Amino acid sequence: MRNALAVERLTKSFGKHTVLEGVDLAVGEHEVVALIGASGSGKSTLLRCINLLEPVDSGRIFLAGEEITAARDVNRVRKRIGIVFQSFNLFPHMTVLRNVTLAPRDVLGLSRAEAEARATELLKRFGLAEKRLDYPDRLSGGQQQRVAIVRALAMEPELMLFDEVTSALDPELVGEVLQVIRELAQRGMTMVLATHEMSFARDIANRVCFLDGGRIVEEGPPEQMFSTPREPRTQQFLERIVAAKRL
Amino acid sequence: MRSGGNGRRSVAIALASTVVFFVAAGVAITHAPGWPEVRSQFFDWHEFKATFPEVARAFLLNIKIFCIAEVFILAFALFLAVLRSLPGPVFFPLRALAIVYADLFRGMPTILVIAMLGFGAPALGLSYIPKSVTFWGIVSLVLIYSAYVSEVYRAGIDSIHPSQEAAARSLGLSRGQTLRRVILPQAVRRVIPPLLNDFIGLQKDTALVGTLGAIEAFQQSQIDTNATFNFTAYLSAAVLFVAATIPLARFTDWLVARDRRRRQAGGVA
Repeated sequence: MRNALAVERLTKSFGKHTVLEGVDLAVGEHEVVALIGASGSGKSTLLRCINLLEPVDSGRIFLAGEEITAARDVNRVRKRIGIVFQSFNLFPHMTVLRNVTLAPRDVLGLSRAEAEARATELLKRFGLAEKRLDYPDRLSGGQQQRVAIVRALAMEPELMLFDEVTSALDPELVGEVLQVIRELAQRGMTMVLATHEMSFARDIANRVCFLDGGRIVEEGPPEQMFSTPREPRTQQFLERIVAAKRL
Repeated sequence: MRSGGNGRRSVAIALASTVVFFVAAGVAITHAPGWPEVRSQFFDWHEFKATFPEVARAFLLNIKIFCIAEVFILAFALFLAVLRSLPGPVFFPLRALAIVYADLFRGMPTILVIAMLGFGAPALGLSYIPKSVTFWGIVSLVLIYSAYVSEVYRAGIDSIHPSQEAAARSLGLSRGQTLRRVILPQAVRRVIPPLLNDFIGLQKDTALVGTLGAIEAFQQSQIDTNATFNFTAYLSAAVLFVAATIPLARFTDWLVARDRRRRQAGGVA
């Protein structure tokens, strides 16, 4: 299986604070990888580095075999990788439809009609068709996050990154967002997701990586990771999660 | 929540205290020893009627100066603000230039810039630059006010959360596209009230162009005053300036209030 994404010995620090200390990660095509770990373990930074939103200190990143670590044209790389953030980050001055068509029109050069057709189809697929002319502040958090996912999908990326996309949502709105991600997994989208939703990670991921102190301490299939973790730090982390009734 | 009765009571109190204040002020002024003199010098009704049409005609020049200057200020100030928001060490010289510009033109009294450019530039005797003092007055106002307005724009740009830029860049939009499509439209919307505030200042400062000899409202009233030794013409000019700025001031208030209502309604960023 060809790797859709490969990360080798990635390091990143902010000032004196080292966030990533040599991360190695390979993601196969159509694979779903869940990153778990405490806040501050480096999950979000890893995703932002992959999308070149953060420059790395050392290490290499490959997208479908092509090195992108210090890509000259970051925009060409970014249009192949979709990312969804914890805080939605929709553009508040644009309608839902405009949010979704902006990048296809400005970056991919689609005509307005083409971009709107593509956006409308995606919005319809995720039950957002009636919201297409609303502004984001009229939408619930769950709807906003689904629009954010659609906005990324409209670029037809080969890889999707999800950065704790349900952490800012009210509990009753988490399900609708997870359902969207589940559908993407079923359709074979290659995905890396940082998440606190352990049962969701167990359900959906092909592989789970536990991060601690800027390293991937342990990785494996979800059944093994959640039932018989080998590393003491993984065991401790999961015990705390179970104690908090989050698993 | 205020009840209806309370609301009426508040209005009554406000009305009464206003009446008391103005009656007291009016009595104090009209009983001042120099009042009869001042009244005939500044508040002569016949003089007012005689000078008002002329001053009003001259005021059209103020409006023209204001409108032309405003267009250029909006564009030039935006350019300066964008220069100053460019990131990275490569753009340091441009950022520094924009900072020096803002410091320089915010530090200088408007009337000084107008005098230096208005008298200096035409005196160069260059055939290819305009000699009109109004032209140089407008240039001076554009230079000064762009420094202020660029700071307003910059505050707006800075107020947009970095996550908006991250979202736009992550979709593959270039830095320029992000600025044009995502950052500036939001930033400008946020600073409309302070922008209008600066334009109220600009409306009044058009009178300074009169010091170069352009016959605008202030200069016209000065001519009238010199001819009759009566200062009522100034009152004509004052009335016109106030009448022109009040609508803009109320519009600004309305926008500020609307903005506050929106934010208090719990808009999620």
